[in-house]
Amino acid sequence: MTKRHDGRSNLDVRKLQAKAGVIKKADGSAYFKIGNTAAYAAVYGPRELHPKFMQNPRTGILRCSYNMLPFSTTERNRPGPSRRSKELSLVTQKALLPVVDLSEYPNAVVDVFIELSETDAGSRCAGICAAAIALADAGITMKDLVPAVSVGLINNELVVDLDGEEEHMNENETPDVPIAMIPSTGEYTLLQMDGIMTKDQVLEALTLVKPALQEILKVQKQALKDRFSEGEQK
Amino acid sequence: MSKLLVNERAIVVPGELIAEGMDFLPSTGTYRANDHIIANRLGLLQVSGKVVKTVPLSGVYQPKKNDVVIGKVIDVLISGWRVDIGGAYSAVIGLKDGTFDFVARGADLTKYFCIDDYAAVKITNVTSQNLIDISAKGQGLGKLTGGRLITVNSAKVPRVIGKSGSMVSLLKRATGCRIVVGQNGLIWINGTPEEEYVVVGAIRMIEKYAHISGLTNRVETYLKEKLGEEALNRPEVPEEQVGESERPPMRERRPDRDRPRSRFEGRDRRERRPPRDRPPMQASEEKTPQGSEE
Repeated sequence: MTKRHDGRSNLDVRKLQAKAGVIKKADGSAYFKIGNTAAYAAVYGPRELHPKFMQNPRTGILRCSYNMLPFSTTERNRPGPSRRSKELSLVTQKALLPVVDLSEYPNAVVDVFIELSETDAGSRCAGICAAAIALADAGITMKDLVPAVSVGLINNELVVDLDGEEEHMNENETPDVPIAMIPSTGEYTLLQMDGIMTKDQVLEALTLVKPALQEILKVQKQALKDRFSEGEQK
Repeated sequence: MSKLLVNERAIVVPGELIAEGMDFLPSTGTYRANDHIIANRLGLLQVSGKVVKTVPLSGVYQPKKNDVVIGKVIDVLISGWRVDIGGAYSAVIGLKDGTFDFVARGADLTKYFCIDDYAAVKITNVTSQNLIDISAKGQGLGKLTGGRLITVNSAKVPRVIGKSGSMVSLLKRATGCRIVVGQNGLIWINGTPEEEYVVVGAIRMIEKYAHISGLTNRVETYLKEKLGEEALNRPEVPEEQVGESERPPMRERRPDRDRPRSRFEGRDRRERRPPRDRPPMQASEEKTPQGSEE
């Protein structure tokens, strides 16, 4: 097995770091860093939803916002909503919605704001990971956490968790599949594809990521536990 | 064979496997998937007999009947006030529950509560449709003026209050401040700036060490350090009226002049009563022949 440019094996994820409760004024918040990609997530609510026409009397709704900060990339990223950020907000919402239960809060909203302070590939996955921790920290009823990571194809080999350099190899032609999963049921809540892979490769990727997702899940859980056991060590 | 996989009073996170087997029953914060019990909220695990539940550590306030909370008036309605009590839904003070005064049709309600006013209120009803009724009438309730407000997470309020109010009364006694602790995590403190500062420091400490035992000792040490040894030995402060909600004192009423409370209360009495300086003899002269003599 050939080593990757940063010395990882094909199944290794980048260095992980996570912390819950980083934003004081939010009802729940989290920081998640994978390699050089860092995401902050803040959760507000459940709270009253305005404008009123968006309210759903059957259940509360989840509203996600994905935003890359202007300084997060090597070249300045123009602030404000874009086609890309709108899409990623939507896929983030769809990735998280299957685990959260907002039926207790009709007409209300849970807002999730994801801000990317550093981006080096895999930012939507980092955002989802951070948002899952933040939602749990906010005391939202959810049946599981959601870990997410991408799988790419380099030199016809599947590799887990591409970084920026790998993603930009071969004139940005590296195929890339971000995947999010509900660990307890094994259901996938995010599956997109950029580039071309064969059906078999995609199916293989789905099983290949599982150890990586478990590793991320462990870090997510630990972040939540550390938040409330801080004082005990003192 | 059923078995518990997590220690009691441990922190569980959503998706964490708590128990295996059908002998345990899932309660709040947990659910059953096949023969497993899994947490669906972040919290402390509690097991009582067969029932497994979690106690929340964070999250927004869940309104409960009879809770005293501190709310902020966000709107003045036709007959009442809309109040933000920090939960997912806002609450309403009905006109009757806002004041003891008679309020005439079309009167200006901002006289009693205005937008951005804070009030200590009690939750009188929470409906299944999440409509919350609150009242500002009652002991210790009403508009809050002066002092300062701080916020703690509603999950930590029980520790701020202490067992049957021991922690708050300790703070009140030691600092001489007037304190109202709302179940929603808003805390109103009124005293001199120095006293208020000590209370805020103590509450921040309670917040930080909320889940650790020996909290009272820790707070006592802090108060001694800030206020001196004698602060803790001050006599108990009698429970006093904090809010402005108070029934008008009865002794000011004059039984010889005032009629009993009626639906005309508050209206100008002179309009509905015959003039007081009407010669009284005329009336009695007319009546005496039939009434008093025979």
